[in-house]
Amino acid sequence: MSTYYNSEDLKKFGSIGAFGAKDLANDFFKYYGDVFAEGALTSREKSLIALAVAHVLKCPYCIDAYTTDTLEKGCSEDEMMEAVHVGAVMAAGITLVHSTQMINKAKELTM
Amino acid sequence: MRSQKFLYSLLTPHFSLLTPAHNMNPVKSLKARKHELGESAFQLEVLNDRLTLGKHLPSFREKLEPIGLFPLKPTEIDIFQVNMGKMCNQVCKHCHVDAGPDRKEIMTQETMQLCLDVLQKHKFKTIDLTGGAPEMNPHFRWFIEQIRAIDNDINIIVRCNLTIILANKKYHDLPEFFKQHRLEVASSLPFYTATRTDSQRGNGVFEDSIKALQMLNAVGYGQEGSGLTLNLVYNPAGAFLPSGQAGMEKEFKRALKAKYGIEFNHLFCITNIPISRFLDYLLVSGNYSEYMEKLVNSFNPTAAANVMCRTTLSIGWDGYLYDCDFNQMLDLKVAGKAKHLRDFDMEALTQRSIIINQHCYGCTAGAGSSCGGEVAK
Repeated sequence: MSTYYNSEDLKKFGSIGAFGAKDLANDFFKYYGDVFAEGALTSREKSLIALAVAHVLKCPYCIDAYTTDTLEKGCSEDEMMEAVHVGAVMAAGITLVHSTQMINKAKELTM
Repeated sequence: MRSQKFLYSLLTPHFSLLTPAHNMNPVKSLKARKHELGESAFQLEVLNDRLTLGKHLPSFREKLEPIGLFPLKPTEIDIFQVNMGKMCNQVCKHCHVDAGPDRKEIMTQETMQLCLDVLQKHKFKTIDLTGGAPEMNPHFRWFIEQIRAIDNDINIIVRCNLTIILANKKYHDLPEFFKQHRLEVASSLPFYTATRTDSQRGNGVFEDSIKALQMLNAVGYGQEGSGLTLNLVYNPAGAFLPSGQAGMEKEFKRALKAKYGIEFNHLFCITNIPISRFLDYLLVSGNYSEYMEKLVNSFNPTAAANVMCRTTLSIGWDGYLYDCDFNQMLDLKVAGKAKHLRDFDMEALTQRSIIINQHCYGCTAGAGSSCGGEVAK
């Protein structure tokens, strides 16, 4: 069966540089590592943000990766689900806030 | 399409049919269920079987050789760890001892005396008492008193499962007894919520564990300035690795203090080792291959150099000697002629090579894992 998404492919992510543009891949992974390190935010908090982003951008690889990562970092079910709700409500809000543009335009066009 | 789990059961029909659904807590040990994984030789066979794994993974020896750690040798033996028996009031889903109320193998007073003879002759920094529930051994208190009579300063750790304190009236005074003999208490609490704790350790375990922790706090354990140490042990409730002991400790402290007023000293993060009931869980839940691959890919040479078997001696309930509690459960006795307390030979034990196998990857993954938590700081 052929499919665009294969969970085994996630393991190959780290070696994309072997195919080409090695320096760019190295730069990216260095940046990636630095971003997720302990900083002003804990790496645990960062992992929850990543889990929310993974859902909003609907990336199956990232959902697998950050479900595992948040569990490993000791996040509770409520924390994980609340993070996804933040992503969901932002997505809904982003849609709804655009209705102001619709309302403006409608007012412009109607008597 | 047939599920992977179904295909797995076709490949290895001897496991899955005998095991209850993996979301249920077992009521009996693997041994009592006459499950093949209750046999140590069979576990080793599974760990080294490529068909079960479905892929090739390097042997643990192949990882140690290039970093000069093979053969693996002790550095300084300063922890004397005694497994006082497999009897336990709990039947945890991940238990590497396959402990439970149906296990009758516990240390006799004669074997305890052999331990005391060794302690009289040799100096150790720590004596680490584990099980099962060590407190269920009828000679537990006598043993502690004898150890204290020999060595007033030795650090004695009791690996207390917490619920035992509430299990029966005769155990209610354990916190006082621990305090009287200045024991360090190390207790498992897989999570600070009931759902994830109970899913691993059984229904109601979280609630009783919280009550027991409050009882320990009440006599001074975990309280600043009391000198009474209470450490918690975290291990993942599932097929994932622990990560970030320091961050996790902060989170546990915050949550337990805010919700239950509980205080403790340190949190130790321990990786689940793929043997016994945890191996059974991995196989039945279809997580085995991925888990092993993750352990292998997370191999950390620094953790390997600091593995606990280099400083620990593990004593079985029947007086046999092992490199660690996991080798004990796999019936891998120490190399060399003297394999029992009655033939104890410190010189030979210091010179021996530690027995390794594929389960050892569990102690070398990521920041490493030992009975005292992470080993690669």
